[in-house]
Amino acid sequence: MVRLITHNLLACHVKGCTSNNFPLQFQDVQIELREADYNADFLKAFLPKLEWKALVDSARKLGDTSLPLEQPEMLDNDFLKNLHHVLLEVLSNRRYHLQLLDESPPRYMSRKGV
Amino acid sequence: MSRPELQAPPEIYYGDTEAKKYTKNTRNQQIQADMTFRSLELLNLTPDEPAFLLDIGCGSGLSGEILDEEGYIWAGVDIAPSMLEVALEREVEGDLFLQDIGQGFGFRPGSFDGAISISVLQWLLNAETSHPTSSPPHRLNRFFTTLHSVLRNPSRAVFQFYPSSDDQIQLITSIAQKAGFGGGVVIDYPNSNKARKVFLCLYVGGGGGQQQEVPQGLVGDVVEDGKVRFEKRRARDLRKDKNGKRKSQKVVDRDWILRKKELYRKRGKKSVPMDSKFTGRKRKPAF
Repeated sequence: MVRLITHNLLACHVKGCTSNNFPLQFQDVQIELREADYNADFLKAFLPKLEWKALVDSARKLGDTSLPLEQPEMLDNDFLKNLHHVLLEVLSNRRYHLQLLDESPPRYMSRKGV
Repeated sequence: MSRPELQAPPEIYYGDTEAKKYTKNTRNQQIQADMTFRSLELLNLTPDEPAFLLDIGCGSGLSGEILDEEGYIWAGVDIAPSMLEVALEREVEGDLFLQDIGQGFGFRPGSFDGAISISVLQWLLNAETSHPTSSPPHRLNRFFTTLHSVLRNPSRAVFQFYPSSDDQIQLITSIAQKAGFGGGVVIDYPNSNKARKVFLCLYVGGGGGQQQEVPQGLVGDVVEDGKVRFEKRRARDLRKDKNGKRKSQKVVDRDWILRKKELYRKRGKKSVPMDSKFTGRKRKPAF
């Protein structure tokens, strides 16, 4: 299971795979929701690490449109709640292969997110 | 018995049965919990500030559970699928990856606020094949360089591991230094055989916190948990007399003999001698 928070941090690390290696594309995913404790401080501290565009794109691919396309300047409570939901409560299904590009070497494809 | 890392590669050693056994064992659970707490202590994170941690070699999530309890958000990697299967059953909070740490990490730079790893590093010290990329220095190098980049600056990584010689510690620290880490080895209870624990404490940048020097290892007596640690060896030694010979265990007094005879009769043994006033008496000296 991979939460979007972790998905947002994953990039292909195969040697020579330097362009277009982020974010990883989802394949045959099912989505699951799991409750998690809400922690506003953590989210605020984590914001600078996120790639906002990638996060929104991935979230929309998984069918969640609660996040705005542009990262807002103001952090209000609603926004943080939504962010919390997207980052920590949406899980893609248990087992899928993370696959990037067709030309990425087979070693990467054998790595699965459990 | 030899150490598990000498018997088989981790993904094979921790197969289905071993993974279940390992996780159910309360002694393992206790040790893992203790070491996780100690590692968190060595990580020296700012209190009350939630952090995103990496658990390297998370296994069945014994250490991850502690991280959950302490309120950290974490992701784990491990090479043994069976262990991860157990972790899924136990429903730990963190994200799990099936990944060989000797091949490096696929996270973006600066992702994590810290990393812990309990009883893992020694698994990297054996070469599975003779191919150059599976040599321990090569794998350690890949591991440490990628780890250095995925950690935030400043931050720390703490590894508890079981080195079998000082050369191994030397090898690991030198490769970690080449990868850009500062820090060094912390040894808890260095004079105790059983409680001795080796921690590798690595810093990225300043290491978070003012002081750069490696924290002190715990010394002094091991805190007993109210129980006397039973050692078979000591019990055996007690039975030896001054000359190093083993004392005869037979305490031949009259009561003992009568009890034994009664027992044999009860079991239906034939030819048990009668009890009399001579039972258990010493013979007269011959002269």
